[in-house]
Amino acid sequence: MTKALQIENLSKSFAGVQAVKDISFAIEKGEIFGLLGPNGAGKSTTINMIAGVCRVGTGRIRAFGYDNQRDYRYTRRMLGVVHQEIVIDNFFTIDQALKLHAGYYGVKDDPDWRQLLIERLGLTLHLNKVMLKLSGGLKRRFMIAKALIHRPQLLILDEPTAGVDVELRHGLWDFVREINQQGTTILLTTHYLEEAEQMCDRIAIMHHGELIALERTHELVRRLSNRQLRLWLEDPLRELPVGLESFRPKLKDGGRELLLCLPAGESAGNLLKTICGLGLQIRDIETDQSGLEEVFLQLTGMKEKNGER
Amino acid sequence: MNDKDLSVRFYSWLPFMTLLRKEILRFMRVASQTLLTPIITASLYLFVFGATLGERLSVLEGFSYAQFVIPGLILMGVINNSFSNTSSSLFMSRYLGGIVDLLVTPVTPPQFILAYTLAAMLRGSLVGTVVWVISTLFAELPWEAPLLAVLMALLASFLFAQFGLIAAIFAHNFDTLSMYNNFLILPLIYLGGVFYPISILPAPWETLSYLNPLFYLIDGFRHAILGVGDTSYLLAFGVSGSIALFLFCWAAWLIGKGYRLRT
Repeated sequence: MTKALQIENLSKSFAGVQAVKDISFAIEKGEIFGLLGPNGAGKSTTINMIAGVCRVGTGRIRAFGYDNQRDYRYTRRMLGVVHQEIVIDNFFTIDQALKLHAGYYGVKDDPDWRQLLIERLGLTLHLNKVMLKLSGGLKRRFMIAKALIHRPQLLILDEPTAGVDVELRHGLWDFVREINQQGTTILLTTHYLEEAEQMCDRIAIMHHGELIALERTHELVRRLSNRQLRLWLEDPLRELPVGLESFRPKLKDGGRELLLCLPAGESAGNLLKTICGLGLQIRDIETDQSGLEEVFLQLTGMKEKNGER
Repeated sequence: MNDKDLSVRFYSWLPFMTLLRKEILRFMRVASQTLLTPIITASLYLFVFGATLGERLSVLEGFSYAQFVIPGLILMGVINNSFSNTSSSLFMSRYLGGIVDLLVTPVTPPQFILAYTLAAMLRGSLVGTVVWVISTLFAELPWEAPLLAVLMALLASFLFAQFGLIAAIFAHNFDTLSMYNNFLILPLIYLGGVFYPISILPAPWETLSYLNPLFYLIDGFRHAILGVGDTSYLLAFGVSGSIALFLFCWAAWLIGKGYRLRT
């Protein structure tokens, strides 16, 4: 089946510095795919190469089976891009600019669709304002409407909620989910890892231009995050028991509570057997799963420690 | 690829028409700056050279100075405004980042160049036409070869629209952009025979003036209007057409490559 996006051995250098290093991944149709990484990881460069703002260094990008360089007139019609930087034309009002943008994509203005975008993105009251007079949040909302005005099949969102208040952020993500349910594939980058965890079916993590992880979101979190085991004991402990050192044990509440870190991949059952083997009586038990944020820090931190730059 | 693969119907001419419309709307929206100012400037020239000096001077036998200078002033309006339109519009897009909105669309490089060029030619032609209309208050022109005059004005407009695109691509900031105008176009216009026939210049200035590409545009345009010129139509159109073609190819190559537009 044709992929929504297929990236093969993509690289890009700027003035001798390699911003993107031989990355490959594919996005399925209908998926919400997150591309994450710290600042300077190469996310925006990758997105700019997909969108056509940046020339492809080496490698190949295909959108819905078509080469984004050779068949750019087709691929660009299928993509809608919300850029990280606010890009607006100060000469026009929201309404005029939306009509112009439909035309740039070779699509005739569809008043119903335009109206729907305007309403859903809360732009109704500002339609006749020139861009210069819009607040930052309104400009962001307009940029999303602009990226969707030609009904793209793949919507690329590069940090769409940067500098946007919480209420608007929730509204935007609800809208993104809705258009995804209607069949639009989504590629997003965000600094809000909680959002990525909630939104994305799969996540790729970039670091120093390389792709260091690519998995289904819940699998990535499950595989890489540490779980914390919290045990309430029948009899308080005075000191840490011998044999649990590798689980970084901590005592709390006068020795009644024992905290243990369960490394990724370790079975909780084996740990509980070890604890029972030590003769500890458990009254209650609780596990905490850390999230994508910890996975992200773990992965990107790991690379730094290993000097893999 | 078949259009049925896409969910929405695509009109291949629409990106070009939209970009052209946007470029026209852009200069119409700031008409006081893009149309009114150059018209007032040209009208002041007309007043100075038409009403005050026009009747007392004569640099070409059989014609008043006003009749001599008006074709040059019309063409000056055409040239300046065609250049300003493409150069400022594209440079602003680059400078403010709005260019990425176009780079992600299916607008092709030929559509891009053509839309910017036609809008610039429209602005140049509008200014030129208004200057001509105002000039009728000061002197009547014989219009010996009106078709050739219009062709030469369009060629001048086309040529400077291309030059404006190239300048906008190479300019680093507003200062560099204004340098093209102040240190290149303006001197070439003034030394290209707008205010005097180069035949009255002493050596070696007369010979050097033949190296000025603007001379052929101005002389060819005046020749078509007054029926008298320093050079032939063939040479005027040949030189101007060759320069226009060269600049068009250069602009097309730069935009096709995305030079300084795509990173």
